[in-house]
Amino acid sequence: MNYGELLKLLAPESILALTLLLVLGADATFLSGRAPGLRRAVAASLTVAGCMGAIYWIFFFPIHGHLFSGVLVVDPLTQVTKQVLLLLTAATALLTLETAFTPHVGEYFGLQLLATLGFLFMVSSEDILTIFVALELASLSLYMLASFAKGNLASAEAGLKYFLYGGLASAFLLFGFSLLYGLTGETLLAKIAAKITTTPRDPLLVVAISMVLTGLGFKIAAVPFQLWAPDVYEGAPTPSAALIASGSKLASFFLLEKMMTIGLSSAVGSGAFHALAAGWVPMLAMLAGLSLIVGNLTALAQTSVKRLLAYSAIAHAGYALLGVIANSSQGFVALLFYVMTYGFTVLGAFGVVAVVERQTGSDRLEAFAGLSRRSPVLAGVLFVCLLSLAGIPPLAGFFGKFYLFAAILRAGAPSLGILWLVILAIALSAVSLFYYLQVLKQAFVREAPLELPFSVKPSTQLVLILLALCVILFGCAPDLLVSKLLLALKAAAPGLVF
Amino acid sequence: MPARRADLARGFTQGLSFLCLALVLGISGAFVPNGGLQAIERHAWISALGAEYFLGIDGLGLVSILLTAIITPFALFAWRPPEAGAKIYYALFLALESGLFGAFTAFNFFHWFFFWELSLIPAFFLIKLWGGPQRARASMQFFVYTLFGSVALLLAFQVIFLATGTFDFIRLAELGRTGALTRALTTKLGIGEIAAQTMPLLAFLGVFLGLAVKVPLGPFHAWLPPAYAEAPASVSMMLTGVMSKMGVYGFLRILLPLFPDQLRQWQTPLLCLAIGTIVFSAWTAMAQKDLKRIIAYSSINHLGYCLLAVFVVVQAEGAAEHKQAALDGAIFQMFNHGLSASALFCFVGWLEQRGHGLRGLDDFGGLRKIAPVFTGLMGIALFSSLGLPGLNGFIGEFLIFKGVLALQGWAAALSAFGLLLTALFLLTILQRVFSGPLPDKWAKLPDLTTAERWIAAPIIALMFVIGVYPQVLMGIINPTVGFWVTTMP
Repeated sequence: MNYGELLKLLAPESILALTLLLVLGADATFLSGRAPGLRRAVAASLTVAGCMGAIYWIFFFPIHGHLFSGVLVVDPLTQVTKQVLLLLTAATALLTLETAFTPHVGEYFGLQLLATLGFLFMVSSEDILTIFVALELASLSLYMLASFAKGNLASAEAGLKYFLYGGLASAFLLFGFSLLYGLTGETLLAKIAAKITTTPRDPLLVVAISMVLTGLGFKIAAVPFQLWAPDVYEGAPTPSAALIASGSKLASFFLLEKMMTIGLSSAVGSGAFHALAAGWVPMLAMLAGLSLIVGNLTALAQTSVKRLLAYSAIAHAGYALLGVIANSSQGFVALLFYVMTYGFTVLGAFGVVAVVERQTGSDRLEAFAGLSRRSPVLAGVLFVCLLSLAGIPPLAGFFGKFYLFAAILRAGAPSLGILWLVILAIALSAVSLFYYLQVLKQAFVREAPLELPFSVKPSTQLVLILLALCVILFGCAPDLLVSKLLLALKAAAPGLVF
Repeated sequence: MPARRADLARGFTQGLSFLCLALVLGISGAFVPNGGLQAIERHAWISALGAEYFLGIDGLGLVSILLTAIITPFALFAWRPPEAGAKIYYALFLALESGLFGAFTAFNFFHWFFFWELSLIPAFFLIKLWGGPQRARASMQFFVYTLFGSVALLLAFQVIFLATGTFDFIRLAELGRTGALTRALTTKLGIGEIAAQTMPLLAFLGVFLGLAVKVPLGPFHAWLPPAYAEAPASVSMMLTGVMSKMGVYGFLRILLPLFPDQLRQWQTPLLCLAIGTIVFSAWTAMAQKDLKRIIAYSSINHLGYCLLAVFVVVQAEGAAEHKQAALDGAIFQMFNHGLSASALFCFVGWLEQRGHGLRGLDDFGGLRKIAPVFTGLMGIALFSSLGLPGLNGFIGEFLIFKGVLALQGWAAALSAFGLLLTALFLLTILQRVFSGPLPDKWAKLPDLTTAERWIAAPIIALMFVIGVYPQVLMGIINPTVGFWVTTMP
């Protein structure tokens, strides 16, 4: 192993780690004692610069390779995903400027970077040991981010809940991994898969799969592992919630897809209603169905917009799981497209919520009344993002869902046995439109008691407008991203082409 | 200041709608009536789904966009929203118009569906925000019904795509004509134990449901009367004048070419549905007291004739000329009904403004004495709607009945009741509202203003022009229908 090569392959991660040190250092030394606004501005600029630097590196130095015989994988697909993750973090950092909940500016931005570092490693890992370490790096950072508003009881509660549930989920995951290791004697995903085919199907394997799914199900907030999500989304500082909803989701789904399609490729099973067969597909199909039902129906009753977004996130985890269940390359691409555009969309929505919350002190539905007159830009962004979440054409959410449904049906053809899940998903997406429209109704129809215009930072406006444009662009011309993902998938490890 | 901005928004929107009209007239000037597809725009779009951006027009498409381009400015002039929020109203109106243009020109399911849904959202908001007292309920009902239909349509097309790998209407029509679509659906798909033979039927039902809700065909019509009655006049005009035509358009463009076998197999029940729609909606209209509801039910009745024609021509037997007549009539009826129904909604809207919100059948009387121009123009629209020879409505209904009578005599005989009943309730409107004694409280009711006369005049003139010289439209429609009839399996 040549350390030079290691450094080159992990250059984006290294750039991010250096940025992290720089942010912490700058904040602790020459910025200490300065105005919090200035400190936030400098930290955010450094964070954005670091993320952009890493994206730049990936873009202009397309180096690919497998380290330590596949423990760390750097291929076109992981690189595209990393770029999107870095973009999401940069946008989150800029949106953080809208908030002023903590004097510990450097630490807050530092933790965002650390969490992102965890996401990047999650994407690159194909060995259960590194997967676990990467996951813990991301999770521990996110726990702290969730509880960062120290003066706020809800934030402390959110952090504690997230940590307790997360700790439990990690324990399950670790136990599942140890069972997998015990069954096969391997830690590399591809090798685990090879061993499982040769051993007879074993109850222990089913237990192992269940435990792994418990651990990862927690990360993606799929029912019944979703209990933390509403409280965390509501209580955590809005940028933290946004990062949990966007970047963390994308990295976790990428990991889940790899874990299932590479590591457990020989224990697939079937989720068709007439031919259920044991494996991870029927389990995920159940998780997806439950997430769709619980997420969409519970969201109907919410009055806090952040909680509403939390339940909608649970429902969206259900949609995205369809892509994993498809267990095909089309499904993989559909999943990535969906989760990536979901990340942009949900960031936009959270950005608007952050501004409204700062100005009105509340994220209740009533706080959004008259938004279209108080700030047309915010209202427009909210309009685009929520309608995209509801899957209305011509926004990204529509194509994402359409592509997922097509992919899962195509993967099952000629049998349409998985159609039950698709029908459920389509029916519930009609339900979901109702609660998104409730928010939009407040924003566009209801009148606020006091219609003072909102003051929105130019940086926030810029980011939000860019995010909304992305949502529209990827809805109208999805091929921009899809063809890129398909090419990347083809060029990636042959283990992924199935 | 807000007033000036509202004026600006209105002027801008009206200007744009005229621009669209001019462009569409330009297209129809360049249109060569040879039955083929023209003004084609075709670009690769989403390779992963084989979706192309594929636009074009034939006779049916041209008639539909002409109707859209004519009715939109008419509706914009007919009713003005209150100044607060006028911007949003006009924005939604333009979104609605673009959705309609898109749906009438798309030849690939993917973006056809795009526009189909896109027109639904602004319509929902227009009813919900500017409608009458029951607007929340009416708009929700409208939305849930049509969304349900759209979901069925989407599922059906997912299945069709899975079997054939294409979303292209032209290619799918070719597959439907040769029976390859049915074969692909039976051989390539199946759900476990469920017999493969049911797959084409399920796909057919999905598409049928989506379109039937939109037209609407009874028993999927329950959303329509409240939606039309609660919507402001201009939106009712768009809903009935153009949006309901999307359903008929879908029947002609999608269902008829893609599923000839299924339509043939189910012809008798479908005819019964169409006849039921025609007769019962006319019957129900007679029992209504609200003028808007009467016209709403008469709308269902009029579009029932179009579907009657569609369901009649699917049979293998019968001379091509009769099929040609029936389909010509259906497209003609689409256009005519768009003109007359939106004119009627416009007049009722104006009456409602004068009557301080009253629009019941029995609320007025004797208006012809004080409002002769109003009476005359609305009378023309009513006569056009009931199909008086010399006005536009006659041509379409005559052609449909000519075709249906030769192909399925019993269906024509039963539907003729609908014609009779329509005449009855439309004449009742004339009688109750415009003749008889004039109540004192309406003695000061103003006649049409000069502006209103100018707004109504082009539409009324068009009714005469088409009634006297139907060739203006027939020249566009006939070659396309001829092409369909000769290529029918």
